[in-house]
Amino acid sequence: MLTDTLDIDAAAFQAGTGWEIKPEGACKGEVCVPLGGGDFDARVAAERLGMSVVSDGARGLHAIGPESLGGRALTTAEAPDVVLQDLDGKDVHLSQFRGEKVVLVAWAPY
Amino acid sequence: MDGAEAVREFIEAASPEHPSLVDTDHVLERTFGVVNIPNVVWIDESGTIVRPAEPGWGGPQEYPEWLASIMEERSKQAEAEGKDPMAALRAGQDRDSYADAIRDWAANGADSRFAMSPHEVIAASQPRDGGQSEAAARFELGAHAWRAGDRDAAFAHWRETHRLDPGNWTYKRQAWSLVGNEAAGGGDFGRFMQFAGPDQDWPFDGDFNTDTGRVKPGEYYPKTLEV
Repeated sequence: MLTDTLDIDAAAFQAGTGWEIKPEGACKGEVCVPLGGGDFDARVAAERLGMSVVSDGARGLHAIGPESLGGRALTTAEAPDVVLQDLDGKDVHLSQFRGEKVVLVAWAPY
Repeated sequence: MDGAEAVREFIEAASPEHPSLVDTDHVLERTFGVVNIPNVVWIDESGTIVRPAEPGWGGPQEYPEWLASIMEERSKQAEAEGKDPMAALRAGQDRDSYADAIRDWAANGADSRFAMSPHEVIAASQPRDGGQSEAAARFELGAHAWRAGDRDAAFAHWRETHRLDPGNWTYKRQAWSLVGNEAAGGGDFGRFMQFAGPDQDWPFDGDFNTDTGRVKPGEYYPKTLEV
């Protein structure tokens, strides 16, 4: 996720990374990673989740990379609720298709 | 060209019944571990992934004439040099039969031999270490710089992305395609020109021909199932 400050709240962190901050820690699916208590700090959460933080001073931007827990792209088999837009700019949530089998195909015209 | 306008003509021509979504920011790499296209993820009725991102096709592939002739030309040239790069690219996942695995799952659900348990799904998803997390972060910063018109900053980030995660072909192909397209003046050919044009200053350490020329058979589209 891109952000112009690392002083973000838990809601912004969840929107950008898919990790929800609960009393027991940062959670995704059935997995929760303890954050050590205290006020939420995105730097601490990123470190505990194996997320690389890269700062681009010239652009005034920070990028928080995806988690690398367990050395795999997926930490849970629960599908993330990705939201993407269709050609008309309308938001489509992956979770809209619960109750149906979904074959998600990533392609590009190159 | 990127975003919806890069794909609109293809989606409108195909007018599929299923939704077509535009992943402008490469969210699928970070959330599902997509590392090349085409990549396919299977998700069951309860929202559980039953096959992680893997190479997959909807049926036997047919190439348009202009592309088939480029591929043939490239094969001939490589053969003359004693190489066979297309063989390395064609090895791995079987393109013609992959859709039969999807059909089996559609009919048999969790009883399909292709459906994995959650534990298997996680273990079979793409490797990701701290360096690959950094690669993803830098890809996003590069894309932001590119859209702002700051090409040098974009190229600097993307070179790092490619160095840190050399096995991620989407991060490479996206960057190469944007620059290669400029050299070719856009259009279908331009999208495939993922290498320097004549007299073009190429800002990356690799390109499509060089990098795919180095892969071992089956590395580009790994075989993850046998129908």
